[in-house]
Amino acid sequence: MAIEVRIPTILRNYTGGAKSVEGTGATLGELLADIDGRHPGLSERIADGSGLRRFVNVYLNDEDVRFLGGLETSVSDGDTVTVLPAVAGG
Amino acid sequence: MRYDSLLDSLGNTPLVGLPRLSPRPDVRLWAKLEDRNPTGSVKDRPAGFMIEQAEKDGLLTPGATILEPTSGNTGISLAMAAKLRGYRLVCVMPENTSEERRQILSMWSAEIISSPAAGGSNEAVRMAKEIAAANPGWVMLYQYGNEANARAHYETTGPELLADLPEITHFVAGLGTTGTLMGVGRYLRERVPDVAVVAAEPRYGELVYGLRNVDEGFVPELYDDSVLTTRFSVSSADALRRTRELLEAEGIFAGISTGCVLHAAMAMAAKAAAAGRRADVALIVADGGWKYLSTGAYSGTLEEAEGRLEGQLWA
Repeated sequence: MAIEVRIPTILRNYTGGAKSVEGTGATLGELLADIDGRHPGLSERIADGSGLRRFVNVYLNDEDVRFLGGLETSVSDGDTVTVLPAVAGG
Repeated sequence: MRYDSLLDSLGNTPLVGLPRLSPRPDVRLWAKLEDRNPTGSVKDRPAGFMIEQAEKDGLLTPGATILEPTSGNTGISLAMAAKLRGYRLVCVMPENTSEERRQILSMWSAEIISSPAAGGSNEAVRMAKEIAAANPGWVMLYQYGNEANARAHYETTGPELLADLPEITHFVAGLGTTGTLMGVGRYLRERVPDVAVVAAEPRYGELVYGLRNVDEGFVPELYDDSVLTTRFSVSSADALRRTRELLEAEGIFAGISTGCVLHAAMAMAAKAAAAGRRADVALIVADGGWKYLSTGAYSGTLEEAEGRLEGQLWA
């Protein structure tokens, strides 16, 4: 088993069009580094040196990782990570 | 209850228990019925406060034109208030919103400028900013950054909730402009130790996230994540399922965003029940289901309804 990472439309140019990719790691940061090995440049679009990018939201099993531990959030096999651009409502 | 006019009847909405959806006698869910506001949604509160503030500030003078990016409810609230107070309203609204919203806006004489479906409300905000720049005489209240939006909830929704439910442990609401969560959240945090403030955010179909690049994302200026305890992204399927469950179990006919909020509220209630802790979870029913009938959300199988909602802005 691995961790599924769902990729938004605007970042699928890094995944050859794939809607989701799989990876491994003990934390979100490790997971992003792992998938970046196969999809170079992807991780940098989600997080930079100072953490998650302002207009990107990342959810671990539907919960915003900013409230869980950011890039240090623990992840494990069977989890689903969803990456989405921030959008308005109202 | 007697009021001088429709606008004066804002707020003081009922808080009703959801005994059939509550997991245990000491873990209870409570729904604040915001559809019982003048135009049928929670947005009557911020709309009223934003107009009042703009009048105080001298921005709105008789005959003024108000411009606002909105996916619907804020526009509807503003349209009614603008009509009564003698303003013209121009709404910038994504084209993938329900037909009812357009009809209701037109009914109160609002003019609608459609923004492209792709990009959802982000695109409506961007267009409205351009239109505002080209029409300096118009007044954009700008619900995403207007302090009166959050203040409406700090001064009304929050106090009403605490008066009705002093034992509140969790507050759950939808995240759009973030006004409800910021206003009620701050009010409760100042008065209720350890209260959990939980955001439920709709997760739409891909079209809505069809931005050209990640930097076109949008975070409302009102948003302060330190007010929140956590934030959930709720799929259309889960939101629809919960909307129907609320109707079926408790008889409440709510809009689809309420299903989104209920999903997060039930997750919090289940967590408290599993941990053996008591909880009183208050959630916001932002509007009734009437405006969403044409989306087919309430008929056929869940799969059919989900398919029909694909690409629609339902909150």
